[in-house]
Amino acid sequence: MKFKSSLENYAFILPAILIFSIFYIYPFIQVLFLSFFDWDGIVSFKDATFLGWGNFKEIIFDDPIWWQAMRNAGYITFIALIFQNILAFLLAWACDRQIRMKNFYRLIFFIPPVLSEIVVGIAWRFIINDVEGANIINRMFAAMGHPNFIHSWLSDPKTALTTVAIVHCWKGFGWGFLIFLAGLQTIPRELYEAARVDGANAWESFKKITVPLMIPVTVLVAILTVLGSMQAFVLILGLVGGEFAGHTSVPVLRILSSMRGSSRFGYACAQGISFGMVLVIISFIQYRFSKKVTE
Amino acid sequence: MRIKKITFNLLIHLLLISVAITCLYPLLWMVSASFKTQGTIFKDISLIPQQLHFDNYLFAWQKGGFGRNFLNSIFYTTSVVFGIVIIASLASYAFSRLRFPGRSLLFLVFITAMMVPVPGSFVPLYVLLNKLHLRNTPLGYILCMINVGLSTSIFLFKTFFDKMPKELEDAARIDGCSKMGIWWHVMLPLSKPVLAVVVVFNALTVWNEYILALIIFDSRKFMPLQVALQVFQGEFVTNYPLLMAGLTITALPVILVYFLMQKYIVKGVTSGAVFFILLSLNVFVIL
Amino acid sequence: MKEQSSWALPGLFGLRGAIPKVMFYKSHGKFLLIALGLLLFMSGCGNAKNDASKPSVSISVWHWMTDREPALQELAKKYVAQTGVKIDFELFAPSEAYSQKIRAAAQGKNLPDIFGVLGEKKTLSSFIKAGHVLNLTSYMAENNNAWKNTFFTEALAVNDYAQGNSYGIEPGIYGVPIDIMTIQMLYNKTLLKELTGSGNPPTKFEDFIALGPKLKEKNMQGLVSGWGEGWMIDCLTNNYAFNIMGKDKVLKTYKGEVSYTDSDWVKVFSLFKQMKDTGVLATGVVTMVNKTAEQLFASGKAVFAFNGSWCVNVYKGMNPNLNYGVMLPPAATDKAMSIWGGAGSSFMINAGSKNKQEAVKFLKWLTEKQQQESLSTVTSNLPANKNSLAQLPAILAEFSRNMGLSTHPNAWDVSEFTSVTENLDRGVQSIIIGEKTPEQVAVEVQRVKERELVKKMIN
Repeated sequence: MKFKSSLENYAFILPAILIFSIFYIYPFIQVLFLSFFDWDGIVSFKDATFLGWGNFKEIIFDDPIWWQAMRNAGYITFIALIFQNILAFLLAWACDRQIRMKNFYRLIFFIPPVLSEIVVGIAWRFIINDVEGANIINRMFAAMGHPNFIHSWLSDPKTALTTVAIVHCWKGFGWGFLIFLAGLQTIPRELYEAARVDGANAWESFKKITVPLMIPVTVLVAILTVLGSMQAFVLILGLVGGEFAGHTSVPVLRILSSMRGSSRFGYACAQGISFGMVLVIISFIQYRFSKKVTE
Repeated sequence: MRIKKITFNLLIHLLLISVAITCLYPLLWMVSASFKTQGTIFKDISLIPQQLHFDNYLFAWQKGGFGRNFLNSIFYTTSVVFGIVIIASLASYAFSRLRFPGRSLLFLVFITAMMVPVPGSFVPLYVLLNKLHLRNTPLGYILCMINVGLSTSIFLFKTFFDKMPKELEDAARIDGCSKMGIWWHVMLPLSKPVLAVVVVFNALTVWNEYILALIIFDSRKFMPLQVALQVFQGEFVTNYPLLMAGLTITALPVILVYFLMQKYIVKGVTSGAVFFILLSLNVFVIL
Repeated sequence: MKEQSSWALPGLFGLRGAIPKVMFYKSHGKFLLIALGLLLFMSGCGNAKNDASKPSVSISVWHWMTDREPALQELAKKYVAQTGVKIDFELFAPSEAYSQKIRAAAQGKNLPDIFGVLGEKKTLSSFIKAGHVLNLTSYMAENNNAWKNTFFTEALAVNDYAQGNSYGIEPGIYGVPIDIMTIQMLYNKTLLKELTGSGNPPTKFEDFIALGPKLKEKNMQGLVSGWGEGWMIDCLTNNYAFNIMGKDKVLKTYKGEVSYTDSDWVKVFSLFKQMKDTGVLATGVVTMVNKTAEQLFASGKAVFAFNGSWCVNVYKGMNPNLNYGVMLPPAATDKAMSIWGGAGSSFMINAGSKNKQEAVKFLKWLTEKQQQESLSTVTSNLPANKNSLAQLPAILAEFSRNMGLSTHPNAWDVSEFTSVTENLDRGVQSIIIGEKTPEQVAVEVQRVKERELVKKMIN
């Protein structure tokens, strides 16, 4: 009976396992396999050279551009974690209170995530750039009386990455906003009422009620932000046209460059695997952290 | 005291409005650009074009393959979403409620898959589809895309199911409901919020996907909308107004889906590790 | 804990709400299934129809040239009317996606009859080694080199492998050029006149950079080019390298016999430093893709541009009234300036194709005078057929004038390691944004080169 029951239970996961094994596991194993070879992806695989750990060694010791790309991705992620999520939280909190126009804002704030990255890149490049664009940001600064803020945001290597990071935040805060809002809405109003009756002011009730109950959601958003921001790249192509002498290199662009430009397919696979490992480690650390905090 | 409260509220409204403006501006730019011409699109910086070229939309519709390819995209999106909802919820129900050996291990494998992007997997995938005679077929593409969203959707469903009280299922079981029946009559209907999330995000992914489609399909008649739109990004000339018109038309259905589903999303999404969607959205881009 | 209780409430009421929802699924589910079925049926139907009316021979051609798709479809119609052979053009854009598709198809042994291999000659060599490309030398040599002689030599050169080439490919011609291009500088006649009074384009490098301060004075943008993309920088660097040290020394450097720290190379890099210092480059030139640069030049916001002859079509679309001319990049020495030119787009024939003869016939037809002329008129490209120059618009004729000075990396017998080229391009970008000196870049490039040479020896 138990055996039959187990068999029955397997039937539920069978379609998922089937598709997963065929379309994910199998290609994954092949990519893993290929990462140990020096292969250009075109010639017959017989002509590929076995490198053992060669590709991985090169990534770790001999590829300063890769680590610059990782650092850049980390920088974008850092900005996203701080700027994007604080903004999302503030907006969610604001919308949680205000009943009027809440649906309007909910719709508007979700437009950036829905727009394709191509449009976002072109549109923002046009908005920011002074030479071929509308130079709106600089004009705004001038109009607000801060002409010393005028700058070639995207053309200056020192500010390009930060500008990209901010546009990335603009595109992504909609998700955080949605999740935070949902989280805030599940906090029962009675708690706030009870706190007010007890004489707590707005700040105290925020500190003692909102923050603790929102910690799991916050950690969740953090995990998602990290995973999403580390892999950003389409925006960079639209805003600064490429890797800008390394200033806006990111891991995904490096992998694509290995695949296309250098025709080092094996190396690209190795880069992909290394990148994946880093992401897994970071995610699991964050996940463990979140479990600890919620307990 | 009242003044303090009023200023506070004012500041909040100011913040909301300014963010809303920055959200709207690029969208408005895209729409206004779609009414301009190639010559004026970057010269005329006002949001309101001097001349409205409605025929851009007509051209975009004709040249951008909006007839056949639009239907294709709808077909692929609905099939994939449908497939994922069924397959993922079935599996998640099993992971959440049913007992069988290897349960935790298998679930862990799914989670890790969610986090490890596999760039370059399109080559082995392509060869595989070829061997299975699924290359250049809608079925092949749909199966691939189901896989793309599967891990995340399973994760979403399972987390949600875990939080659902067991009393309802017990009641149903006592009434003689089979496991399948519980899944269909109890789990699915009650998971409206996470269902809405899964629908929106997978729909968004499939709707915006183009690289895998371009590689898997050889014939234009199977191509989804995003691939057809590339026709405006020529090798040397990008026809920006037509491209913007095409992108505007493309964005509308997604906004519609979101609009319909959003009340469910906000009502139900809570803590407990929901949205690895952000991850999956970016993962799919790499494919 | 709190959340669980908030679940129970909707749960209890939810069951009541669940029933209409289930019914929704049930009733609409049928609709969905029927709709899916219909669509599947329709797509299947489309298939059947095509098969039934398939003529005896059909050639499949995969291309990436969005701008030429309508023209190519027209030509296909013409061909089937003339010969009864159906040509199936399929467009896959943009070109990066096209390259990926070709590679995947090569792995899956699913290449069409005719396709293109984009990028470096190394890539084409790999395709040839893997057995995907047909050797066309015999067809070209037929009738006393009849087909071969219709082309500009530069056009064939990129598809040609000479005796003793370093790619290890059996000598021969492996591709058919269908158009040619050259990459030179352009200048906005109106703006230049405003700038210098005489309006004469500079021919010497010193004169060119002397315009820098004048540009700043008049608040104009100087040279625009897609230098966010590595290969455009590579092109100009290479042009000046040839100008300063000659082709032989450059090729020797690729072979590893000359170091990048040689004073001639440092001289090449310093040219970019001089351009940056005098302000003759446009702001943010390193963040531009080629299309952005074209936009700027077309809208009259830049005085100079460094671009290829395909830009004629682009400018025509963006600003038909643009008053511009073509000039060689200003030479840095007394020797003749070198430019890149040669085949624009080429088609290869699948060695495993079942319709080789027909494919060859079609490509012969495509490169005939009449077809070349019609392609050229519609898309403003330079024809590969040297007898088709009669109808060219003036500006295109200017582009073709210096064809004799042109060369192309894919025409040489050696190539540089990709990582070295990438490092060099990035280094020049760093010089332009003022982060590195020419000497530093030279040292770094040489270091990468030596590392690659060592790797090559080991393998």
